[in-house]
Amino acid sequence: MTQANKITGAEIVIKALIDQGVDTVFGYPGGAILPIYDELFQQKKIKHILVRHEQAATHAAEGYARSTGKIGVVFVTSGPGATNSVTGLTDALMDSVPIVVISGQVPTFMIGNDAFQEADTVGITRPCTKHNWLVKDTNKLAETIHKAFEVAGTGRPGPVLVDIPKDVQFASGLYTKKNEIKKNLIKKEPSIDLNMLDEAISRLELAERPIIYSGGGVINSGQSAVNSLRNLVAGTNFPITSTLMGLGSYPASGKNWLGMLGMHGTYEANMSMHDCDFMLCIGARFDDRITGRIDAFSPNSYKVHLDIDPSSINKNITVDAPLIGDVSQILSVLIGRWKERGSKVNKKKLSAWWKSINNWKGVQSLGYENSSSVIKPQYAVQRLEELTKSYNRFVSTEVGQHQMWAAQFMGFEEPNRWMTSGGLGTMGYGFPASIGIQIAHPTSLVINVAGEASWLMNMQELGTAVQYRLPVKQFILNNERLGMVRQWQELLHGERYSHSWSDALPDFVKLAEAYGIRGIRCEDPAMLDDNIREMIDYPGPVIFDCLVEKHENCFPMIPSGKAHNEMILGEQTEENSISDDGAVLV
Amino acid sequence: MSLKLKKGVNKQSAYNLRDPNLDYEAAHTLSIIVDNESGVLARVIGLFSGRGYNIDSLTVAEVDPDGHRSRITIVTTGTPKVINQIKAQLDRMVPVHEVIDLTLKGKAVQRELAIFKVVANGNQRVESLRLADVFRAKVVDSTLKSFTFELTGTSEKIDAFAELMAPLGLKEIARTGIVALLRGDNSN
Repeated sequence: MTQANKITGAEIVIKALIDQGVDTVFGYPGGAILPIYDELFQQKKIKHILVRHEQAATHAAEGYARSTGKIGVVFVTSGPGATNSVTGLTDALMDSVPIVVISGQVPTFMIGNDAFQEADTVGITRPCTKHNWLVKDTNKLAETIHKAFEVAGTGRPGPVLVDIPKDVQFASGLYTKKNEIKKNLIKKEPSIDLNMLDEAISRLELAERPIIYSGGGVINSGQSAVNSLRNLVAGTNFPITSTLMGLGSYPASGKNWLGMLGMHGTYEANMSMHDCDFMLCIGARFDDRITGRIDAFSPNSYKVHLDIDPSSINKNITVDAPLIGDVSQILSVLIGRWKERGSKVNKKKLSAWWKSINNWKGVQSLGYENSSSVIKPQYAVQRLEELTKSYNRFVSTEVGQHQMWAAQFMGFEEPNRWMTSGGLGTMGYGFPASIGIQIAHPTSLVINVAGEASWLMNMQELGTAVQYRLPVKQFILNNERLGMVRQWQELLHGERYSHSWSDALPDFVKLAEAYGIRGIRCEDPAMLDDNIREMIDYPGPVIFDCLVEKHENCFPMIPSGKAHNEMILGEQTEENSISDDGAVLV
Repeated sequence: MSLKLKKGVNKQSAYNLRDPNLDYEAAHTLSIIVDNESGVLARVIGLFSGRGYNIDSLTVAEVDPDGHRSRITIVTTGTPKVINQIKAQLDRMVPVHEVIDLTLKGKAVQRELAIFKVVANGNQRVESLRLADVFRAKVVDSTLKSFTFELTGTSEKIDAFAELMAPLGLKEIARTGIVALLRGDNSN
């Protein structure tokens, strides 16, 4: 090879990203990544979004990835740039979001010397990435970046990080094209266990009280998995519930929809999970928010578990029929064989089962007492839903009560429309995520349903929203409290509200004005609709300060250490106090 | 509806709530073929520490220089459910190519090497040499006051030898941890 074929490491990075089809990068420059930023400056194919904090770059990339199905890309510098990305990496790992973080590193000859802005980035991010690499040879740079994209996007998706020392960015090396790298990286997926599948199908055919419980894996698997799921529900007439991550895979307006399940799920969803005799878990992982007390979880059901990740099988709940592989593939085989066998279901028993479910629905577990003097947070979310559902709409959330109310009261007809931090529960996720979503969908209505405490955690991103003219709507349910913490303190800690109020809050309207955008404050239920319409119609970013009831609790709720059939439905239920054993659970 | 929590309730961890008698614990020897790349051992042991699994013994060395593959042999203890989790978690790591549970797969040759330093005079010194002969330990270093023995065998054999040497002036032991391969003509 001649010198002429060689290009610098920084050029290789940009070339590899273009080769991977990347058009957007979220990032923040610094000393150790300057050569890459210099290359970025000299090209037009990749758009760079300058965030105000690296954590926000990772969440924006998550929002971008989850709303498009593509891989989100982030640039950060060494040291503090890399350490600031740790929360976003962990969030993406927990929620299986594919992002690639490229971090600058001090030059190879200074690694280990406590150089300025040096941190052991691969060491720090090892447990919070699917895989990471420190590239010490410019000739291996292109190959490593292509591998990084492959690892992030295949199998169970997740975050990866490529750490590139500054001298490797300056040095020259050979470029390797995407299709020239060896494909030995990804392990072969096991073939579907057909005996197990047939056993599961025969159980499905005989099921008297079936339920389908779907999760984020269906959305990650793609549109064909979503279609298959909908066909299966339509064909079997089984009830379906989803996890927080799975909302949208089955339409909320669908007649078999029971709403979300789990800690703040509907009564009908949780009772169906508890009483069912056949459970089909598709792309979900029996998280502790879902199961409640493990030893009382759905005690009498035959459990089928479809998952691409073998380590999800029997981790929390022991299942009868594990089926490992891509959800869309297994579902299409399952549906095909079930149809070959005559598309049978136990119709008679099924209609009795629906009768019980409809009785549970009659409890109206999402009911709340409305008020004409103060805005109830549930009412605010309900009105937001009503006035925005006809739009081409994407919703992100922060973490807490508002997140649960959004999950309960907003309906999602399609996948990839609902972006929330599920596994890690990252306060501060929603605002930067809404920025990433709006970048990917410039003409759509993007709303971040927030609580004021969460929102403050990444409020510096106002600068990003204004700079890129992103009309993201920040719908803040302001109760001047850390609402979920307050709720737990009320229920579990003798109403001792230790540090769970938001003191010294800014005037959100003035804050918006300081950034030259629109601020709307609403404290009158009668004004809510008009104010929401004003927010939608304003052609730029809006901070909507919705002052809500300060002491509202989020119900229904499965208290820690309790089973699905021991839900608390509202304030009036007294007998369901939480046990000492339950109190230690999070 | 406040909870009446007793004062001083201070449970250590939610894990205590799990039924400890759910399944019995057993030691398993895992043979793991990995890419010999920087950080791979940290990844594997980080998985064990991060998820709260035990490591009873660990050995690692490159076994295929051309393919840059190393074999990590780990002895770990857990219930069947935990062992299955460990294997699945290891298997999904990018540089891990194969995870073989030698305890489940059949009979395996399991060996450990240990070096013992015994400092003694008179009868004790003679007795240590006699016992070393019984155990087929080799003398690899000697002074007028000491022997250094090398012993290879199962962990039980090494434990037994150490126990016998203890009253005879045993000063120091170095052990490699277990290396193991399946018996028979099958490779993994």
